[in-house]
Amino acid sequence: MSRADPAPLIRIRRLVKNYRRGGQEIPVLLDLDMDVAAGEFVALMGPSGSGKSTLLNLIAGIDKPSSGSIEIGGVDIADLSEAELADWRAANVGFVFQFYNLLPVLSAQDNVELPLLLTGLPSRQRAERARLALTLVGLADRAAHYPNELSGGQQQRVAIARALVSDPLLIVADEPTGDLDRLTGEEILGLLERLVLDLGKTIVMVTHDPKAAAHAGRLVHLEKGVLVDALGG
Amino acid sequence: MKRLPLAYIVRNLWLRRVTTGLTALGMALVVYVFATVLMMSEGIRATLVATGQADNVIILRKGAGAEINSAVGREQVGIIETLPGIASDALGRPLVSREPVVLINLPKRGSGKPSNVTVRGTSEAGGELRPQVRLSEGRMFRRGTSEIVAGSAVVAGFQGVGLGQTLRFAGRDWLVVGVLDAGRSGFDSELWGDSEQMLQAFRRTSFSTVVLRLADENGFESLRQALEDDPRLALEAKPERVFYAEQSEALATFIRLLGSALAVVFSIGAVVGAMITMFAAVAARSGEIGTLRALGFRRSAVLLAFLGESLLLAALGGALGLLAASAMQAFDISTTNFQTFAELAFRFVLTPTIAVQAMAFALAMGVVGGVIPAWRAARLEIAECLRAV
Repeated sequence: MSRADPAPLIRIRRLVKNYRRGGQEIPVLLDLDMDVAAGEFVALMGPSGSGKSTLLNLIAGIDKPSSGSIEIGGVDIADLSEAELADWRAANVGFVFQFYNLLPVLSAQDNVELPLLLTGLPSRQRAERARLALTLVGLADRAAHYPNELSGGQQQRVAIARALVSDPLLIVADEPTGDLDRLTGEEILGLLERLVLDLGKTIVMVTHDPKAAAHAGRLVHLEKGVLVDALGG
Repeated sequence: MKRLPLAYIVRNLWLRRVTTGLTALGMALVVYVFATVLMMSEGIRATLVATGQADNVIILRKGAGAEINSAVGREQVGIIETLPGIASDALGRPLVSREPVVLINLPKRGSGKPSNVTVRGTSEAGGELRPQVRLSEGRMFRRGTSEIVAGSAVVAGFQGVGLGQTLRFAGRDWLVVGVLDAGRSGFDSELWGDSEQMLQAFRRTSFSTVVLRLADENGFESLRQALEDDPRLALEAKPERVFYAEQSEALATFIRLLGSALAVVFSIGAVVGAMITMFAAVAARSGEIGTLRALGFRRSAVLLAFLGESLLLAALGGALGLLAASAMQAFDISTTNFQTFAELAFRFVLTPTIAVQAMAFALAMGVVGGVIPAWRAARLEIAECLRAV
């Protein structure tokens, strides 16, 4: 789907998220509308506490909204049960975290294979797909290495391979270059751009860094739970 | 349900190998105590059951729980020998042994503390009735003399009971002329001499028991009925194996219950240790938990992974404890059987059932110690876990 398509991949309407803290309701996202087309690379920016990580978590299905709808690929994930949401994430979302979040006891190959354990693929196919994903990120020769044997940039590449391996609809990236030096960060952003351009992936990325955001096709700003430049297309 | 790979569980334990090792060691100690106690109980049972022969019958005074409480008069023995169904020796004599059984006090080797030893007088058929008993040294005592043979456990465990040595009891000096190897049965813990000499020396007029062999292994019931039907015989007959199994029951049960209670008390410490280890693992790996959940693993998968770790830890502890306990099979120990009041030597016996029970006990500790931390891990919220990275 391109940005010109009528139905966006992500369709958020009247989204509200409140947190309860010390018996008080704290509003984080206020009646938010937003669309993201398939194949788009969107950067969410905003000051700390603006709600951008909360919005990313809601889009990724790891948190539930207080009200409103989040339709992704035609499915309103706000209506899914916890177990359904877990299955939905496994099938539709790839994650890239600031601190890579690789499992230290598993090799790069095993880390990349991890999401495929949820697919029911036979082990040989899982291994092949993980090898292919590692090749895509240029780390085929490091498949047997453990995370502590890899540099920060290499670990993030492994994390990107893990995000890609199950061919998800959507990749969410939370400060993917926040723990990397400038040069390595650029390489990682270049890789994310390639995922959009070459593989047609949709990426929603949270970042503080305007230079990182510049790699995205669209910038969306949040201020105190309200979106600025919300509706894309 | 999709589970996390076993390699993930194993490597996490390996990554925290010092903590893992110490926790497993705590569990191993409890399993060692638990298994050793069961092995001790089984050892006593096996020793006493091996003392009996399948086709032998022991006859005691009605209501006498043990040989030392029993009395069978000469006239009664005469009647018993005429009962049908008793096997005969090569000369056609009934295979019956009239046996006085008395306790004497001897100093134990090492400590010098006195302990009871069973002295058994046997008739000529006594040896033939116990084919498991062989002479390992010396010769058999001669009838009509003050000669005795000593069981190997008595020779090993008591002072002054060696081949060629003289023991003084019942007002006589008794010369040890042979050492018995009774195939790890209760006879290893006895002194044997001539039945009539023993009666005279101990100034008794009646025997303690009569042991006989059935002509037909299935003939016990008719013999028992014949005994019951004769009003002159206020006696009861028991298959020898049943009798010795009963002799082991009180002591074996006491040891098993006391030991199991101790093991359960110790296990509280081991369970708390496992729980602390697992809680620490959950706290240290909340980021991992969040990542796994984000990737699509369900709460149940996380619960099973942490419970699996706890179970693996317990299995490791169980295996170590069982290994240490199995080494105890190399040792012989003795204790007073409070049913017979006599010292009984036995060996720790590890059976497949005990191994399964010990491992089940270890795994139960793993479940109890792991279920709450695993539950907590599974209940964590993904977003909170990810913020903790």
